[in-house]
Amino acid sequence: MSSGRSARLAERGPTGRYPEVPGPVPQTPKLTLRDRISGWDVKFSPYVYIAPFFILFGLVGLFPLLYTGYVSLFDWDLLDETHKFIGFNNYIDLFQDDQFYTTLVNTLSIFLLSSVPQIIIAVLLAALLNTNLRAPTGWRIGVLLPYVASLVALGIIFANLFGPNYGLVNGFLELVGLDRIDWQASRFASHIAIAVMINWRWTGYNALIVLAAMQAIPKDVYEAALIDGASAFRRLVSITLPLLRPTLIFVVMTSTIGGLQVFTEPKLFDSMPGSNNGGSSNQFQTVTLYLYQTGFESQHLGYASAIAWVLFLVIIVIAVINFLLTRRLAGTGEKK
Amino acid sequence: MTGLRRARFWVYGLLAAFIIGSVFPFYWSFLVASRDSGMMTQKVPPLLPGGNFFANAARVFDTVPFWRALGNSVIVSGTVTISTVLLCTLAGFAFAKLRFRGRNGLFLFVIATLAVPTQLGIIPLYIAMADFGWAGHLPAVIIPNLVSAIGVFWMRQYLVSALPDELIEAARMDGCSMLRVFWHVALPASRPAAAFLGMFTFMMSWNDFLWPLVVLDPENPTVQLALERLQSGYYVDYSLVLAGTTLATIPILVVFVLLGRQIVAGIMAGAVKG
Repeated sequence: MSSGRSARLAERGPTGRYPEVPGPVPQTPKLTLRDRISGWDVKFSPYVYIAPFFILFGLVGLFPLLYTGYVSLFDWDLLDETHKFIGFNNYIDLFQDDQFYTTLVNTLSIFLLSSVPQIIIAVLLAALLNTNLRAPTGWRIGVLLPYVASLVALGIIFANLFGPNYGLVNGFLELVGLDRIDWQASRFASHIAIAVMINWRWTGYNALIVLAAMQAIPKDVYEAALIDGASAFRRLVSITLPLLRPTLIFVVMTSTIGGLQVFTEPKLFDSMPGSNNGGSSNQFQTVTLYLYQTGFESQHLGYASAIAWVLFLVIIVIAVINFLLTRRLAGTGEKK
Repeated sequence: MTGLRRARFWVYGLLAAFIIGSVFPFYWSFLVASRDSGMMTQKVPPLLPGGNFFANAARVFDTVPFWRALGNSVIVSGTVTISTVLLCTLAGFAFAKLRFRGRNGLFLFVIATLAVPTQLGIIPLYIAMADFGWAGHLPAVIIPNLVSAIGVFWMRQYLVSALPDELIEAARMDGCSMLRVFWHVALPASRPAAAFLGMFTFMMSWNDFLWPLVVLDPENPTVQLALERLQSGYYVDYSLVLAGTTLATIPILVVFVLLGRQIVAGIMAGAVKG
């Protein structure tokens, strides 16, 4: 490490001479060792400082992701030392795998049920928080509170609340004269319950991000609209939403990338705890849960890698679609 | 909306309803944890805590290696937090204040990595950890998280405006090497942002589940793995399991209540700059 050595050298005394700062000393053609070290320090230190991120990302982020593609071409079992190359057979199997389609539909369904209401409620909540409140920080902290819950704790608590027999939600439904719902057994009901969990944890967090963007909108824009007689709804649609567009794109993209990899919530929601099935007939198994089950319960690492790669492509496609959609919806298309 | 009038009461009403909804699941889990399992079968559940919380909490420690899990989680989250704050500040400082070839391109690359679902690479990562003999040991969950893209991004955004160039130049004129400039000038200047990044990282690491589940053993768990194992019995004893979740949430909740103001400010500041 050049910077470490030069740090020790520099302690001996002030150098004050390095190429970028015009010093009182005229540049002589003959550089001293100290000058040269200082020059190297300026030149190479930045690369040394950013290196840890790039090295670590390469080793534990990018390389494993690419190597997943390689593993997916093998019949690769966890405990078996020999790996047989089978080309695209894992993918051929995957595209004929009913369970994979079930998990894909589940993932998309849970994703839609969680992201769409979440973003709408987050914008409305941000609008409420953007009024002239007493103790604004207190309200903001309160809204963010669910964010501290770990996904595991959350999954356990909500599995209890949505329990089929003694769950509080069913108790409440009965109290108001509705039928109880078997939240774990019914496919659609289980998706709703899992979406409620996700929304509960993330809505406040996203509302704060939207609120920050709202507060960055200049006040005089609203005043001008008020003078023109624009209603509150009109102001929201014609001023706030278009100006929030970059932020909404950010929120939608992060919730897309995270939401399509949902794992912990469905795993903990199972009425057979510890199971990776996502319900008795996989009714709420997500793709990532299926990936985990295939790789680490059934120990078919090759097939699980194929699932990972296909999910990766699905995420890219949906992220691009959502990007275009948000850009169009949250704005009339005028240049900013 | 215009900020001229005080908010009306229905705004407070809606916000209060939202916050009650936010608090309720926490309260409910404490309620169940403080009673015995007979409570779940009652038609109308009681709304006040009972006196069994400590008994149930003691059973948590008997059922799973909870002390060990707590110790492991403190070691893992503590190491990850210190390392992430230092390495992200270092990289953020370089991107914000130092001139070097390829700076903008490399920074764009850092932002782009935010969109990469690296979680999908767990299979080769597991194979590698098993080959190194790290599977089942704490370095396997520490090392992949020593530095984060969001942290580099966040520290860079903060230091661009918070650290005056003149300060760096003055330190350089006094003969400071780059590393000393970082240690004596950049690091102190980045304290507010570093504090937020530290809290954020600690929470993320404390709550991490999928990767520890893959790579650690049930005998050597983190808190989240211990919780999951509590629930995996044949019969789920909710007063036991929810005593566990309450115990695991309390440390984070305390941090949050003490530092909530900074966390809120941090999330909002990051949002505007991002």
